[in-house]
Amino acid sequence: MNTHVPVSGRSLLDAEALGRTLSRIAHEIIEGNPELDEVALVGIQTRGVPLSQRLARLIEERAGQAPELGAVDITFYRDDVTVRGGEAPLAAQPLVRATQLDFPLDGRTVVLVDDVLYTGRTIRAAIEALFDYGRPARVQLAVLVDRGHRELPIRPDYVGKNLPTSRGERIQVQLVEVDEVDSVLLLSTPEEESR
Amino acid sequence: MIRLVTDDLRPPGEPPKRHLLSVADLTRDDVERLLGTARTFAASLERHVKKLPTLKGHLVVNLFYESSTRTSSSFELAAKRLSADTLTVKSTGSSVDKGESLRDTALTLGAYDPDVIVIRHPQIGAPQLVARVTEAHVVNAGDGKQQHPTQALLDLYTLQQELGRLEGLHVAIVGDVLHSRVARSLLQAFALVGIRTTLVGPPALLPRELPAETTTDIAAIRDADVVYVLRMQNERMQPGANYVPSLREYTARWGITPERLRPGQRVMHPGPMNRGVEIDAAVADSPRSLVIDEVRSGLVVRMAVLYDVLTGGPVGVRALAAAEVA
Repeated sequence: MNTHVPVSGRSLLDAEALGRTLSRIAHEIIEGNPELDEVALVGIQTRGVPLSQRLARLIEERAGQAPELGAVDITFYRDDVTVRGGEAPLAAQPLVRATQLDFPLDGRTVVLVDDVLYTGRTIRAAIEALFDYGRPARVQLAVLVDRGHRELPIRPDYVGKNLPTSRGERIQVQLVEVDEVDSVLLLSTPEEESR
Repeated sequence: MIRLVTDDLRPPGEPPKRHLLSVADLTRDDVERLLGTARTFAASLERHVKKLPTLKGHLVVNLFYESSTRTSSSFELAAKRLSADTLTVKSTGSSVDKGESLRDTALTLGAYDPDVIVIRHPQIGAPQLVARVTEAHVVNAGDGKQQHPTQALLDLYTLQQELGRLEGLHVAIVGDVLHSRVARSLLQAFALVGIRTTLVGPPALLPRELPAETTTDIAAIRDADVVYVLRMQNERMQPGANYVPSLREYTARWGITPERLRPGQRVMHPGPMNRGVEIDAAVADSPRSLVIDEVRSGLVVRMAVLYDVLTGGPVGVRALAAAEVA
C-alpha cells in the first residue's frame, strides 16, 4: 500500500540527522538496560513500527544481540472512539493494523516506540493494550520527537529531539518504509489538531 | 484498498447516524473494512485477556421479537467483549406480551439512551421504524423475510477464512429461498464481492424476481464450490399452503446427502438445522461442514459491526425510506 503524500513544511530533521538521532537512542537503550536479553521493542502503529525495527537493527549492530520485536495497534484502546449523543466522531477512525506480540511479555522490559509524543493519550492506550497481553516488568518509552503539550503524566525515557510547538502546528514524521523519504517536518495547520 | 469514507447520504446539516439495516446499503469497501476489522477482533480473542475496552460506557440493547440462539447470543457476547453494557429484551415475558406496539417499546427503551439497538422482528421494515423513532444506531438482526445483513457478512467472513478468497467462487443456495431473509441478504452480498450464485429448490419455493440463476434440479449443486443449505421455514409458510408435497418428498429430492456432494465441496447452513430434512446428519457432522465456523465468525463479525456503526463506519441509511410498520 502506498500512502505517500507529498507534504511541504519546514524541515526539522533530514535523513542524515534522523539516522544519527536513532543511533543515539539505540545507544541509550543499550546503556539503560544492562540485561539486554530482557528487552523487547514494541512499535506503535503506524510509524512506530519501522522505527522500532531500525532501532532493533542498530542495537544488534552495537551490542551483537537483537531485542525481541513487536507491534501494537491502539485503535481499540482509544479514549475517543465515539462521541456520545449521536454526533459524528471527532475524526474518522484510523484503519486497524495488526498487533503482533509473539513473545511472552511477563517479566520483560518493554520499550514502546513511537514517532511523535504529544498529548500522551496514544501512549496511555498502548500501555493498556500491552497489559492485556501480559505483565511486563517495566515499560519504557522511546520517541523520535517530543513536541510537548502533555495531557497525561507520561514522560519519555529516550527522546530523539525536543521540539517545542504550538498546538496549531503539526509535526509530520516521514519514514522511507511508509512515506518513501526520511524527514521530520513542521507543518502549520489553520485548525487546531485534537490529538 | 480498504478506505474510510464518511456518510454523505444524509442531508447537509443533519448529524450523521449510521445503521446496518440492509446489505443493499453497503459498498464493497464497507464489506472489506468490516471483514478486516473482524479479523483484527479474531486475533484479540486469541489472547489471555479476551476483552477490549473499546466500547466502555456504551449501551447495546438487543430487542428480539423472534426466537434466536446464535444471533442474540453472539450480539450479546460481541458487545461484552468490547466492554459495552448490554440489555436484552425478548418479546415473550416483556410488555410486548401485553400488546405494546413496537413504536412504544422502542420509545421506552430509547429513554435509556442506548447507543445501539439490535432488533429482530417478524415484520419487514421494523428496524427502519426503530431507527426513525430513536436516537440509537440500529442494527438489523433479521426482519421478516427481508434482510439479515450480519448473517451475510459472517458468511462472507467464513468463506474468506476457509476458502481463502471470495471473488470467483460459486455458491449454490439450496432450499426454501422464498421465505429466507438469509438468501436475500446473501444474494446482495455475493453480488458485491463477485461470487456467482445458483438457487436450487422446489419450484414453489424459488421466487422468480431474485437476480440469480435458478433451477429445480439438485444435480446443479455439483458445479458449486460451496453448497449453502437453507432451513425449511415452516413458521413463515401460510397455513394450508402446500409448497412441497411433504417434508419426506422434499428430503428425497433436495436434501443434502453425502452422495449428492462431490469431493472438496464445502457445506454451510445458517442454523438452526433440521437434521434429516434439508441436511443429512452425516453431512452436518463431516469435516466439509462449516456450520461451527459460521457461529465463530458471527461473534467477530458482530463485534466489527458494533464497532463500525459507532465509530464512523459509513453504513448508509438509504433503507430508512423503506416500508413503514405499525
